[in-house]
Amino acid sequence: MSTSPVVGGNQLKTLMINKVVANAKEAIAGISDGMTLMLGGFGLCGIPENCIHEIAERGISGLTCISNNAGVDDFGIGLLLQKRQVKKMIASYVGENAEFERQLLTGELEVELVPQGTLATRCMAAGYGMPAIFTPAGVGTEVAEGKEVRNFGGKDYLLEMAFEAEFALVKAWKGDTAGNLMYRMTARNFNPVMAMAGKITIAEVEELVPAGELDPDHIHTPGIYVHRIFQGTNYEKRIEQRTVRQDH
Amino acid sequence: MLDKNGIAKRIAKEIRDGYYVNLGIGIPTLVANYIPDTIDVVLQSENGLLGMGPFPMAGEEDADLINAGKQTITTLPGAAIFDSAMSFGMIRAQKVDLTILGAMEVSEHGDIASWKIPGKLVKGMGGAMDLVASAKNIIVAMQQTNKAGESKLLPTCKLPLTGVRCIRKIVTEMAVFEVDIANGGFHLRERAPGVSVSEIRNATAGKFIAEGDIPEMQL
Repeated sequence: MSTSPVVGGNQLKTLMINKVVANAKEAIAGISDGMTLMLGGFGLCGIPENCIHEIAERGISGLTCISNNAGVDDFGIGLLLQKRQVKKMIASYVGENAEFERQLLTGELEVELVPQGTLATRCMAAGYGMPAIFTPAGVGTEVAEGKEVRNFGGKDYLLEMAFEAEFALVKAWKGDTAGNLMYRMTARNFNPVMAMAGKITIAEVEELVPAGELDPDHIHTPGIYVHRIFQGTNYEKRIEQRTVRQDH
Repeated sequence: MLDKNGIAKRIAKEIRDGYYVNLGIGIPTLVANYIPDTIDVVLQSENGLLGMGPFPMAGEEDADLINAGKQTITTLPGAAIFDSAMSFGMIRAQKVDLTILGAMEVSEHGDIASWKIPGKLVKGMGGAMDLVASAKNIIVAMQQTNKAGESKLLPTCKLPLTGVRCIRKIVTEMAVFEVDIANGGFHLRERAPGVSVSEIRNATAGKFIAEGDIPEMQL
């Protein structure tokens, strides 16, 4: 007769891995001048407000920021641009930010514009442990300059490299102490792929709960990708284009 | 001559029951207003939503629920939310049946320029390059001429390109065109109400082809 270890029963326990830090100040420890950061969000929707404020407060500079957009003049990444903390911006669309445009045209700011799907997929590749992807986006345009083109099945594709970022800063709706994350509505956007892509991923959440309270079936980002998590405060969740319909 | 809503109304007639459709910013957004109630269409917003509904009522705006133009929106029953990588995955894999977008210039070989004016406005390409490179069915909604009265339907694009040899259909305030990508040329298929073939010809800088009797648009 053999014996096997008993699982469950009295041995049942709560997951003990704890990723929780007190606040944004603790969360961004280690972010320093000249680093590359990924910042989740689309427009001002689902952006890591608390971490951005803290980085602005601390005046960390020379940053390379990978984010779909560059915020608006006085909110989001716009706060970092105002204080000249960004050396290089890697984004797909920056139309809402006059200060960004000014710095770009005067050459103060280095900018790499990347097609939105390519941006998302280069993050995804990093999170999936793949060095590069092939995409047709940008073939025959200035985006293709200096890049390898490969033909598959009669169609040209560009070789695009996975991003490397020292830190990824993401915003989720709910998270637990083990770092598991759930997003809400279209505030999900780039957050899951960036969470997977950072060497160190910092998640700020609207509601932090003990491990075990979130349904494992409903986790969008497994905690293995998240190194630090904290409950954010004072979310403004600014709406960029408030648009309503008239009753009729 | 059509106004922006007229262009949107004409494009809406291209949408079939069961289509998944991506609408760009500007005139394409207006197309949603003219989709007949008799067909079921699922609108995709490339930030990560299928089943986009109308704008919310005042007081019901949700900061977490926006479209690709950053406007507050709603979801319809059956909607689904996903991340941006999956969103462009379904575009790249040609799951989206129809893409409608704007343009600054289109060439007679179907090249499109829509994102950059050198030395001037820099906004970025957003998802436009991904969409035009992958979509099998694209309709461009645009003005036939710029503010200086110069044609935006050209032999070759002057502005930086968004994509090459990808645009097959164009609807402007004056006409509906099909583009012959292989041989080069704007085939006039329909005229806007009250607009003559010669007026359209004069507003088309690229190779213009009008064969036989060109019907007026049915709106």
